[in-house]
Amino acid sequence: MIKQILISDPTLRDGNHACAHQLSLEQIAIYAAAADKAGVPIVEVGHGNGLGASSLQVGLCKETDKDMLETARKHLSKSKLGIHVIPGFATIKRDLIRAIDIGVDVIRIASHCTEADITQRHLGYVRERGKEAYGVLMMSHMASATVLVEEAQKMELYGAEGIIIMDSAGAYLPSDVQEKVTALVNGLKVPVGFHAHNNLGMAVANSITAIESGAKILDGTARGFGAGAGNTQLEVLVAVLEKMGYVTGIDLYKMLDASDIAEDKIMKNVPIIKSESIISGLSGVFSGFAKHVTRISSEYKVDPRDVYRELGKRKIVGGQEDMIIEVVMDLIRNRK
Amino acid sequence: MKKLRVAILGSGNIGTDLLIKIQRSEFLECVLFIGRNLSSPGMAKAIAMGVKVSDESINAIVKNPDAVDLIFDATSAKDAKIHWEVLDKLGKIVVDMTPAKLGVFCIPAVNLDEVLEHRNVNMITCGGQASIPIAYVIGKTQKNVEYIEVVSSIASRSAGPATRLNLDEYIDTTENGIKHFSKVPRTKAILNLNPADPCIDMQTTIFAQVENPDMDSLLYEVDIMVKKIQEYVPGYSLLVPPIFENGRIVIMVKAQGLGDYLPKYAGNLDIINCAAIAVAEQYSKNFNNIK
Repeated sequence: MIKQILISDPTLRDGNHACAHQLSLEQIAIYAAAADKAGVPIVEVGHGNGLGASSLQVGLCKETDKDMLETARKHLSKSKLGIHVIPGFATIKRDLIRAIDIGVDVIRIASHCTEADITQRHLGYVRERGKEAYGVLMMSHMASATVLVEEAQKMELYGAEGIIIMDSAGAYLPSDVQEKVTALVNGLKVPVGFHAHNNLGMAVANSITAIESGAKILDGTARGFGAGAGNTQLEVLVAVLEKMGYVTGIDLYKMLDASDIAEDKIMKNVPIIKSESIISGLSGVFSGFAKHVTRISSEYKVDPRDVYRELGKRKIVGGQEDMIIEVVMDLIRNRK
Repeated sequence: MKKLRVAILGSGNIGTDLLIKIQRSEFLECVLFIGRNLSSPGMAKAIAMGVKVSDESINAIVKNPDAVDLIFDATSAKDAKIHWEVLDKLGKIVVDMTPAKLGVFCIPAVNLDEVLEHRNVNMITCGGQASIPIAYVIGKTQKNVEYIEVVSSIASRSAGPATRLNLDEYIDTTENGIKHFSKVPRTKAILNLNPADPCIDMQTTIFAQVENPDMDSLLYEVDIMVKKIQEYVPGYSLLVPPIFENGRIVIMVKAQGLGDYLPKYAGNLDIINCAAIAVAEQYSKNFNNIK
């Protein structure tokens, strides 16, 4: 039996979180071409929070959605072009119509893990246009397996052809992944995917656990280039999967080349697990907050670890970056 | 003084909460509460309060047009369009709670007098009622505002099926409202749903990109504006006064509900209802020559 795993590579999307959304068109062109050559099935491109998310709230993007997608499109021949779309940020009229017109192949419509019903119209629109539609449940550590299955089933009903759960905070241990992915695989007809962050050093191990629990789709990025402590390091993942007898269609040597190119050309810093990232992971805070927490904490001279703890306690979700300022202001007030 | 006679069209959460607020008003009297189904919870509430009810939708007004001066339309954008065709001909005033965008945009703290020249008033969106007054102050006090962005976070439980299905319209209408009142051409609206338990209060952050911000006049004017809004939205407060951080102006406000028909955490629904009541009261004051 061939054990096929579908790999989606958001180096040029999640990686934008790691460089304050400053990836240039040239960098997008270079990595897209390298990933295409390696046979990466899906290359995801855009602002860290996806389509239409360039903002003062999350960070202004160096390039426009249109330019990024057109550039990537030009440099992908075998690989499919993917995007991440969060309703509440992106709208169909303002953003999604144009992206599909540019030639995006795979569209992943995402919501916080308990809010799947906001994806209904966007998923419907993608299907109407005949493109590949996936549902994404972000910050999935914040909901029980039962709730995740209910939410995923809604997305399935809206037309999602696969459901990816994200460990957006890098909070999972392998046992959590096993419990949640198993429940989803049993509760859904469509394939299940897993997207990891590496705050607790678990990204590759959690991804493998997901596969062993029945997941068929995995996300990984070159050198783990992504928000906070970074994602699953794709070249490691491909090697491990190969060793375990899984088929990804990716050429390992060329993937290693692509990751070397990525390190050389698109990363000022290769992601490492910083001290702050460990507390972020333990507190269950959205990885995309990392740069903001670091900046605002140093600006107002508070301990970023206290900020993460408080954000976790308040159950702040992705997209609520403004709450970092409020938490910092509260910490200052309470100190006085 | 003669109280303005109002009717509420739509017996859902918004309509029923409006009904309770009207009972407190010195200027308004609810003469008719209209739905389609007499057994809905809103209808039961109205009947218990001794308010006259009807299940005949718009026909209730057509049958007896002289009994009412102003109608709150709390149905849907689609129905509001059909209703307006009828109510316009009857010469009625309509305060439109739906995103139908038929009438003049109103933020009571900014253009309450302007609406008196019109007979159809659009309440924009809940996030708009919270953020646009502040965006207006930014436009008024700052030179060369390049961009304004507003981010609202609301409790998941306060977002019903219509809100969830209409997120795109919410964003579109809020962005248009900010442009209209601030005169800033580039705007963006973002909405987050937060499922935390206990429920969060509605919170809105207003960001602006301004070349040389004048923080003194902004602090002064925001303070005045917040007090003005508090006159009709008691639960509105300034959470983080204007700061200049990372090249952007940041202001945060919070809207807590009054807890009338809707729970206190549904400040997003409360604020738009409070604003609609302020509009109706203004017509009443105008008819009674009260300044």
